[in-house]
Amino acid sequence: GHLNHSIFWHNLSPYGGGEPSGALAELIKRDFGSFENFNTYMATTTVAIQGSGWGWLGYNKTTKSLNIAACGNQDPLEPTTGLVPLLGIDVWEHAYYIQYKNVRADYVKNIWNIVNWKDVSQRF
Amino acid sequence: MFANIARVLAQSSNKCLPLIRAKHSLPDLPYDFNALEPVISAEIMQVHHQKHHATYVNNLNVAEEKLFEAKQRGSVSDQIALTSALKFNGGGHINHSIFWTILCQNGSSEPGGELAEAIKRDFGSYQRMVDLLVATSTGIQGSGWGWLGYNKQLNRLEIAACANQDPLQATTGLHPLFGIDVWEHAYYLQYKNARPDYVKSIFKIANWRKVEELFGKARHD
Repeated sequence: GHLNHSIFWHNLSPYGGGEPSGALAELIKRDFGSFENFNTYMATTTVAIQGSGWGWLGYNKTTKSLNIAACGNQDPLEPTTGLVPLLGIDVWEHAYYIQYKNVRADYVKNIWNIVNWKDVSQRF
Repeated sequence: MFANIARVLAQSSNKCLPLIRAKHSLPDLPYDFNALEPVISAEIMQVHHQKHHATYVNNLNVAEEKLFEAKQRGSVSDQIALTSALKFNGGGHINHSIFWTILCQNGSSEPGGELAEAIKRDFGSYQRMVDLLVATSTGIQGSGWGWLGYNKQLNRLEIAACANQDPLQATTGLHPLFGIDVWEHAYYLQYKNARPDYVKSIFKIANWRKVEELFGKARHD
């Protein structure tokens, strides 16, 4: 929980949104076809998590590629899967319920407007 | 309603093929949304019943439809792929259907009859059982349910925790008697992160008459 949230606060920014650039953008294009595809895939995976958990964009050091992964509860990405965490989306209900109630999909859709791609690129 | 139509059609045809497969439907709440205040707010009851439980019902119907089709096609792989959706949505439907009935406006203070005796025998006292159920439910990591259940093989009451929407009986064999939903959606709008306050308060609206009935059925069926 501590690991995940410590990353999360930096993954977000009031000046966030848009798309990444540079090496990260290139790898997204290579591994997902387009930023849009990546976006859709990560959103779908994240919304579909049963119960509490996190959706992640992670970096696979072995294959040198980007992966999308879902973790249950507060299972931290790297110790659990080996992927280096780049961008996480918290879908525990406490992350969105007061504002979005049961509509997790809207929260996940809107969060892209505050993603801090500078931070994500730095992690990459 | 659909089950009745299916029955009539089946009886009226030699081939006995129901044209409409019975679908699950959202059970009505046995009380108004505000009936459980101040323990559980009307807002929570409305969203919990009309959105969360309704979605489990809808998605269960979708999953069962897909399962039927996969079976017709003879695809074992596709049937297996549906097990997660069946457990999650089926469990959600089962759990919430029980939940609405074991809560009531003026909860009787303590269980009576055979259930009271069994609680005393298996836990020492009602308060000890409550303490154990509170601790178990509060301690669940992530989403899940705390349960007082009946172990029919050993003829004893047990406390158990289930993750997510895993249904108690299918998962553990225990007959569900009294369950506490500790998914954040069950309390967050009112209690925010104070899950222990919600769990402790829920005993004020426990419908022990219903729980006694469930116990009786589990013991004697």
